[in-house]
Amino acid sequence: MNTRHLNTVWVVLMLATLATLGIGEFGARFGLTGPLAMAALLAICFVKGRLVALDFMGLRGVKFFWRSLLLGWLLLVSALIAIAYWIALK
Amino acid sequence: MGQIKVLPLWQDDTAGMDIAPDTSRATPAAAPPGDLAIWFFILAELLAFGVFFAAYAFGRAHNVELFNEMQKTLNREAGAVNTVLLITASWCVARAVEAVGRSRPATGARWLLAGIACGGGFLVVKGFEYADKFSAGINLSTNTFYMFYLSLTFFHFMHVILGLVILVALWVKTRQGAYGPADMNGIESGAAYWHMVDLVWIVLFPLVYVMR
Repeated sequence: MNTRHLNTVWVVLMLATLATLGIGEFGARFGLTGPLAMAALLAICFVKGRLVALDFMGLRGVKFFWRSLLLGWLLLVSALIAIAYWIALK
Repeated sequence: MGQIKVLPLWQDDTAGMDIAPDTSRATPAAAPPGDLAIWFFILAELLAFGVFFAAYAFGRAHNVELFNEMQKTLNREAGAVNTVLLITASWCVARAVEAVGRSRPATGARWLLAGIACGGGFLVVKGFEYADKFSAGINLSTNTFYMFYLSLTFFHFMHVILGLVILVALWVKTRQGAYGPADMNGIESGAAYWHMVDLVWIVLFPLVYVMR
């Protein structure tokens, strides 16, 4: 992994963190609340987690099996959170 | 006088030589960086945190009003600052591994030290958050939300402490020149553990501090 790529990943992660905070602080002003905000937060969370797993943990160049374990965990946790949120809406 | 043999572009000029063509980009590595044992440990940790996250989410589903009300009492900015600190620490550790892989142990040690400083910053910010809650008389039995908040974040807090102990050990050994391109196992294993701590917080922050 070259340094430039690592730096770019860090910048993207910082911007994504800012977006997460922004949704929490100002989302309501722009109509980004409820399930829409929830979906956006989960999507940002997945993008961030994927970058950490692939680029910081170094799984990008590793066999699919190992990547699928980490990304599968992220997807499973996101799905469970989404299901629980959906139950709470009822 | 020797003649230079010009080969067409499609012909491999390493044919018949002892130099193998670089296939590292084309063929994925069979195992992840570091020791295989650390990856089983990481997966076990992720499983435990996954169960915790699901328990929080389903616990919230039965107490939505309480959770939404109590979430307002959290310091979201402190949570965001801690996210920045952990991600930056992870980046520093990744840069350290990259530097050691290029035979630059002194640079690697400096990046590790920067990572340790960011991780330490996380503990300080979280410490202030805990002090604020404890001084307000909040504890595990205050309500369901705080039972989850305190136990979940403290479980993660303990992992940050363990991660920092590992990073300090890596820093000492890197300064001693224990790692290099030929021996990356130790530093890659420790780094993978630290990134796991970061990965877990990346889910924890929006789940506990933002989602409502």
